This record gives sequence, structure tokens and C-alpha cells, in this order.
Amino acid sequence: MRHFLKLGALALAAGLAAPALAQEKLKVGFIYVGPVGDFGWSYQHDVGRKAIEAAFPGKVETTFIESVPEADSERAIEQLARTGHKLIFTTSFGYMEPTLKVAKKYPGVKFEHATGFKRDKNVSTYSAKFHEGRYIIGKIAGKMTKTNTIGYVGAVPIPEVIAGINAFYLGAKSVNPDVKIKVAWVFDWFNPGKEGDAAKALLDQGADIITQHTDSPAPLQQAAARGKLAFGQASDMSRFAEKNILTSIIDDWAPYYVERTRAVLEGTWESKDVFDGLAKGKVKMGPYVNMPDDVKKLAMETEEGIRTGKIDPFTCPIVAQDGKTVECKDGKLNDGQIAGMNYYVQGIEGTIPK
Amino acid sequence: MIDTLPLILGTILTAATPLLIAALGEHVTERAGVLNLGVEGMMIVGAASAFAVAVLTDSSVLGIAAGALAGLAVSAVFGVLVVYLAANQVATGLAMTILGLGLSGLIGQNFVGQPRAPIPPIEFPLLKEIPVLGKALFTGDPVFYLSLILIGLVGYGLNSTRFGLLLRAVGENHTSAHALGLPVRRIRFIAVLFGGLLAGLAGAYLSLIYTRFWSPGMSAGRGWIALALVVFAAGHVWRLVLGAYLFGGITVAQLHAQAGAIGLPSQLLSALPYLMTIAVLLLLSISGRRGSGAAGSLGQPFVPER
Repeated sequence: MRHFLKLGALALAAGLAAPALAQEKLKVGFIYVGPVGDFGWSYQHDVGRKAIEAAFPGKVETTFIESVPEADSERAIEQLARTGHKLIFTTSFGYMEPTLKVAKKYPGVKFEHATGFKRDKNVSTYSAKFHEGRYIIGKIAGKMTKTNTIGYVGAVPIPEVIAGINAFYLGAKSVNPDVKIKVAWVFDWFNPGKEGDAAKALLDQGADIITQHTDSPAPLQQAAARGKLAFGQASDMSRFAEKNILTSIIDDWAPYYVERTRAVLEGTWESKDVFDGLAKGKVKMGPYVNMPDDVKKLAMETEEGIRTGKIDPFTCPIVAQDGKTVECKDGKLNDGQIAGMNYYVQGIEGTIPK
Repeated sequence: MIDTLPLILGTILTAATPLLIAALGEHVTERAGVLNLGVEGMMIVGAASAFAVAVLTDSSVLGIAAGALAGLAVSAVFGVLVVYLAANQVATGLAMTILGLGLSGLIGQNFVGQPRAPIPPIEFPLLKEIPVLGKALFTGDPVFYLSLILIGLVGYGLNSTRFGLLLRAVGENHTSAHALGLPVRRIRFIAVLFGGLLAGLAGAYLSLIYTRFWSPGMSAGRGWIALALVVFAAGHVWRLVLGAYLFGGITVAQLHAQAGAIGLPSQLLSALPYLMTIAVLLLLSISGRRGSGAAGSLGQPFVPER
């Protein structure tokens, strides 16, 4: 409902805006899959949008449309293109085809599509190496677990999530050879009740640390209710469990959004694919808390190592669950191999749902 | 395993409680002959209002009451439209769900990301020592016990009171009921309000007990599951209760199967409750006795003749 109201307001604003003013300022548009208030994925993209406004005062004007269903996104994207937006960020995987379609009709508009893999002359793609953060929290969990069992709440079995599970396990195992992880899939990105139930099931089965790749703070909260430890996801979730959170993996799109806006302003924008993480600040870590100093030191050293390129979570040899060694050049897996990961590494029990 | 069993039972009970409460309300509404597809919307408005009021007043009790009343308020709009103005029930119900999802976002806007302390459980001193069942059944949250009272209330009220009889008569055949001089529309309106009250209460359970925060869209389809449960119950309260706990049980069991790396296809287990609902419908229609066990005038608008 709000979505329709916003569209209406947008159309109205575009009609009323003085043309001269519109030409002076660069208009940047955003399409979000969830509400700005999800306190996770869309919330963090909106933080990036605000950073653009702050970085170029008086030079840019930003607009967003929230809760846009993927299947019906073409209309919303075209609405932004038609109303003079010259740079448009579409921030969910399912916006891929609609973005490309609208981009063909508006060759003068630059598009940026998050987490996709199809590009065009005026369509870039970008994503973040969230698995780098997962390797760090894996090490923390490996050190902190007393039962040697860690529960992992997964959303949907796509490569991004599977790569995260693998990186987490490799991190945990590097400091604790006896560690086991149990994975429970929710088959939803956002279903607080079910996410919480999954966390409870994992705790019931002996896990004493919970980590999650879903969007709500429910798993963290359930772990805290049982006096166990957990991690935050997408944004700093410490306020939900101050005494039980270890750290959060934070998505920070702001530097990238500012950089790309500057490129358009200076006329240097070109289509490309950007996949980076801690080094460029797109992935950040929350404060390391509720852990002894040696674990904190280990976490900070690992973070620094990944940032400077000394440590890579997927350093070869990588052995898959079925015992085969993964093909490897340059001593580590390349970006394509990580972005397409569809197998567990050796040591993880259970199978990936098909 | 013996240690974890009470915990698992507890998880099942909390997962089933919001479904049970919303389904009990919808059961009564449907017995009176009104199909309310707005349960999801009333539930989410209840969740947002409950959380907002609980934070503002720092009282969970007021929060729960506000959630239930918010559900009732939305159902009053629905009731006026479908009962008194004889609007199409399916279309109006769907509109209520869409309205509810939007409205709840507005109500909850300033409460996103705020944490809330848990409501302490009610413990029964001696009973909770009973092995396995004791801890699950006798250290529950207050609304869980309220849901048990509601089961009895709805079961007794519908089957053994005069008002229950009138309500069912109105649902079975509104023309005959009207001819007998029953206030068809007033009874239906009351049934709609009761359904909304319980949908709102179920929403309050979601944001204050099940997961203690507000987030837009957090009902995640539970209103629709409640509607499916009413179909599954085919007119019997005991089957509704069974269905709700079975559904909660299967949801939790499939998560456990995954966590325990038992090789069951979890998607199939997730779909099982819905498959069961379809199977029940099929069995009822094969057995030949009037279709789905739904009230005779279900979904038909009633306009009294003059």
C-alpha cells in the first residue's frame, strides 16, 4: 500500500519539479525489495543512499521505492528512469531481468544491479564477499564453543549462502579440529518465527553457538533467551542481545555508492562487475564483544589478514564433501568459483537441499 | 534426547499457539457463515499495535490487549462491509489483508529494531516436576494458557450454548434463520468481531512472545495457515486443535531432522500440512456427506427481504 502511495507521490513530484532544477542536480534512484525498516538488507542499502546525499550536498537528489516485489519491479524501475534519474540502483537478485529490460529502453541512464551476473553497456553488477566475514566469525565460534557444535540457520541454498557456510566451517576448523556444524534451512529470507524455531531446534540438538544467514534478529534473540552466544547479520544487531552477541557481519554499501555516484558526476562511469569485501570496506565487522582477549585478538588479526590479502578463506587445497580436491590456480579459489559454489567442503555433515 | 524432549515440546507449543488462536477465531466466523480472508492482515496489525503499545506503556499486558483490539478494529471495518453492506466476502477479505500489511508498516514505523524483554512464564509449582510433559506444559507463557481456555470456550460456546446454536443456525441457512426471526446480521457481525479479536491476539503473540520485536511482514503467511487449519477442521474444534499442534509439530520436526542431518527432504515436510489439508478435503468429498463440512451459507452475502 505504501508502495503505491510512494509511486503516486513520485509521479506527482516529477510532474511538479522545475525542469531547470532537475538538470542541475544528478538524480539517483533506488529500488528496495523489503521495507527500509527491515533492519537488515534493505536498511543497509538505504544507509548507502543517505551517504550519497551527505557526500555531495546540493549536487545530488535521491529517491527510493521500497517493498518492490521482484516480479513487478519493471514498472518501478522504469518509473525512476522516466522521471529523470540518471543512476539507478536495483538491490535484489530478482531485479536482474527487469533491470536489463529497462536499461535497453533508456541507454542514457546508468544502472547498478546488486548480486546479479548479467551486464550491459549501461548496467553494472556489484556484490560483496560476505564469506570473508563468515571466516572470521567461524574462528571466533571455533574458539568459543564448549560443546564443539555450532548451529547455522540458512535461508535459501544458493551459492552465496553455501559459500558462507563453507567459509565459516573452514574458519572454525582451523582453530578447532573437533568442531561440527549443524545447518537448518528456513527456505525464506525473512520469517522471524521460523528463523527462531530453527535456532531453537539447533540449540536443542546441542549447539551452543548460533550463526545465521537470514534477515531478522530472531535466531540471535532465541540464542540469548537460552543464555547461548550468537552473531548478528547484515547490520549491527547488538541491541537485540547485548550480553550474548559476539560480533556482527555488516554490509556497508555506502563507499561503493558514493564512488559510483562520483563516477557519474565526473563522467567516468563505465559498466563493470565489482565483487569485493573487507579490503574495500563493503563488508565490515561489528565490535568484538563477550569474548576473552585472546579470541578477540585472533579475530582482529584474521580481519586484518583478509583485508591486506595475507589470509584468504578459500586457500587451497579445498576438498569437497565427496572427497574430491577442487581445481585450483593461484593457491586460492577465484571469484567465479566462489560465486558459483554448490558443494559443502569436507567435514560438513548433511546434504544441501536440492 | 530425554533432556531435549521437553524443550522440543515447548518449541512446538509456541509455534502452534498463534496459529491455534487465529484459527479458533476464524472457525467461529466461518460457523456464522462469513469467510474472512483478511486474517493475515488483522494478525499483522495486531502484531504492530501490540508491540507499539507495549513499548510506549512498558506494559506487555496493555500491549496484548491493544493487539487484540486492533485486530477487532480492522474486523469491524470488514464486518460493516460484508455483513451490513453485503460486499463480496472474498474480495473484501483480500483487501483487508493488503490494507493490514500496509497499515501495520505505518503503525510500527518508529518501533523497528527496538528490543523488548521477554514476558516471564507462568510456572505451576508441583505439576512442572512431571517428567517430560511437566516442563513443556506447566512453565508456559500466559497467552498459551489463555489459548487453552479459548479452546474450551469456543468448543463449549458453539455446541452447548443458546448463542452458539443461533450462530450456527445463521451460518447453516441464513434465509431460514431470518424467517425464524433471528437477527442474522447482528450475529454475523459479532462472529466477525470475535474472529478479528483473536487474529489480533495471535498477532500480539507473534511480536511480544514468539519473536520479541516488530518487523514489517513478520506474520509471514501465518494468517493463511490459520485459514487452512479451519478447512482441515471441517467444523470440529478438536480437529482444529489437533491440526494446529500437528502443524507446529511438523514444522519443528523438519527443522530437527535437518539439524540432526537426517536425510529427509525438508521441502516435502514443509509442504506436508498443506498436503494433509488437501487430503482431508478429498476424503470429505469422497465420503459424500455435504462437501467440506463448512457452514451451509458460507461466503454468501445476506440481504434481508422486505
